[in-house]
Amino acid sequence: MEPLKTVRGVIAPLDRANVDTDQIIPKQFLKSISRTGFGENLFFDWRYRADGSPDPEFILNDEAFRGAAILVTRHNFGCGSSREHAVWAIAQYGFRVIIAPQRDENGNRIPGFADIFRNNCAKNGVLTVELSESQVDGIFALIERHPGMQATVDLPAQQITLHAENSPVISFDIDPAIKERLLKGLDDITKTLTHEAQITAFEHTHDTQMPA
Amino acid sequence: MPKTLFEKIWERHRVTGFEDGTTLLYIDRHLVHEVTSPQAFEGLRLAGRKVRRPELTFATLDHNVPTENRHEITDPVSRAQVDALTRNCREFGITLFDLDDERQGIVHIIGPELGITLPGTTIVCGDSHTSTHGAFGALAYGIGTSEVEHVLATQCLPQARPKTFRVTFEGRLQPGVTAKDMVLKLIGTIGTAGGTGYVLEYCGPAIRALSMEGRMTVCNMTIEAGARAGMVAPDDTTIEYICRTPRPYAPRGEALEKAIAFWRTLPGDEGAVFDRELTIDASEIAPQVTWGTSPGMVTDVSARVPFPDQVPGYSPADVEKSLEYMGLAPGTPITDIAVDTVFIGSCTNGRIEDLRAAAAIFQGRRVAEGVRVLVVPGSQQVLRQAEAEGLDRIFREAGAQWRQSGCSMCLAMNPDKLEPGQRCASTSNRNFEGRQGKDGRTHLVSPQMAAAAAVTGHFVDIRSWQKG
Repeated sequence: MEPLKTVRGVIAPLDRANVDTDQIIPKQFLKSISRTGFGENLFFDWRYRADGSPDPEFILNDEAFRGAAILVTRHNFGCGSSREHAVWAIAQYGFRVIIAPQRDENGNRIPGFADIFRNNCAKNGVLTVELSESQVDGIFALIERHPGMQATVDLPAQQITLHAENSPVISFDIDPAIKERLLKGLDDITKTLTHEAQITAFEHTHDTQMPA
Repeated sequence: MPKTLFEKIWERHRVTGFEDGTTLLYIDRHLVHEVTSPQAFEGLRLAGRKVRRPELTFATLDHNVPTENRHEITDPVSRAQVDALTRNCREFGITLFDLDDERQGIVHIIGPELGITLPGTTIVCGDSHTSTHGAFGALAYGIGTSEVEHVLATQCLPQARPKTFRVTFEGRLQPGVTAKDMVLKLIGTIGTAGGTGYVLEYCGPAIRALSMEGRMTVCNMTIEAGARAGMVAPDDTTIEYICRTPRPYAPRGEALEKAIAFWRTLPGDEGAVFDRELTIDASEIAPQVTWGTSPGMVTDVSARVPFPDQVPGYSPADVEKSLEYMGLAPGTPITDIAVDTVFIGSCTNGRIEDLRAAAAIFQGRRVAEGVRVLVVPGSQQVLRQAEAEGLDRIFREAGAQWRQSGCSMCLAMNPDKLEPGQRCASTSNRNFEGRQGKDGRTHLVSPQMAAAAAVTGHFVDIRSWQKG
């Protein structure tokens, strides 16, 4: 996995909540047995018209957001199916960072990202950043005034800089385990296998309940 | 300290802990299907790795399987995926329930049927509806393909410990109201992200009263509330299900006695503390119908399609987009919504009890003019059982199509799909845009509600529906 430290690029807005993985990559593209070729089909049903031409109404088809590297969206992004193809599509399109808001509803946290999706991102070098709802509202408003503006996401410093009119630098929190994995581009399997002896010892006493 | 069901299973499977606070968790059962596994096997091959415990790994073909003639996979890409799993299972020594196997079926239907799913185990699969298996008091959840590769190689997964959330269903369900309505009501209450970061444990008399099939329906759709796993503590109902019929991968004889004694220790201890609690009165739940493009966009069958500013948890703009996609006007009574397609099946509602419930509605009635009805058993075993009971005849005589097992129109990766604009009463789990076919419109309901919609051509309140 390619390490991720600092990302500078165009920030594109997708102003929808609960974007599900069926939307991110529809099922007809799940039949591939390879790990590549998903980027061109990202958001397929929104992105293309019936005749296969790009739908000018869809935000990512706007010239201003061509080549965007950062996506800002609304809460519960990536809900639904566990398909990692959704993250492959996002990464292969060119996004390295996704920003979404978390909010409190009667003391309960409504997260920016669905659980399995967030995990899958971390394993594919895509950074998911949760900000407050007002911070995300602010980014949407700023992009509306400056379509095509750039942003810099600095993972070691945990900061986002929006390159427009006196924008404040935004700090973000991140799970230290995910941060380390992204910074080093770590392969989980290699890390787990350093505990081989412990796994083998565990297997000696653990009952899997499988009949012999 | 008193422990919850989840805590007992988690601690029993902890291999070691990492500095960052995550736990290396041992996995007892790894279920594999053709869609989310090819890249994982490819990863193993590239790294020169083997499958660590092939005898704990089970594969089936379900997503791509045609339900009319299962051996005629005309789509070359589907064919390639099916062939890839067959090759991979042979190369890595994994048991595969293929299209000729009488045990084949949807992965979440056959796990319990074959005794692969047992209380107190950890179960993963590259499929979000793995939460289904939690109905047995197992810790079961969906994973991505990178994690599939990780489990194949190590039989473990590094996991952050989730929080616990107890959902108690008090009281008794009204006649005609089902497990599906319970879970849709829950999703409508806490929202599609309400359970994110938690493992849900379902408790209370209305859960205890459910069959294993019903409990599986509830746990299955837990992921639609954002929680990766849902669980029900094992009890007599669980043990009776496992012992009812010979299940090839369940313990037998003395081992079974020992296992039952262990399963009896699993329910949470008195006084165990949950991070969050919610109580729902089951007696007040009406049959549920989704009206939008998210499972949380759901209401009582007796209600109306809401106005955009009336939906808690969704912005008016999101509701407007959903209603436009669904072709529905706010204020329309749910019972005025006409359907042209009905799908009965899926890992949510494709079990024998679901088919019996649907057949009871179809018995002596006809499908309404112009409505296409697909009944797709969840497994070949369910198919044979249904045919032995004569349910297939009831479906056919009513004018429904009786198919072979697979995921089918739940996600339309096989030829069963909606055409643009078609409207479907579906017993599946997701009403996302395009899920059942591009521009298709999905309303999630119980098997009874789907069958009644098939007969009348529109939604009806099953509670007040009269024969004839």
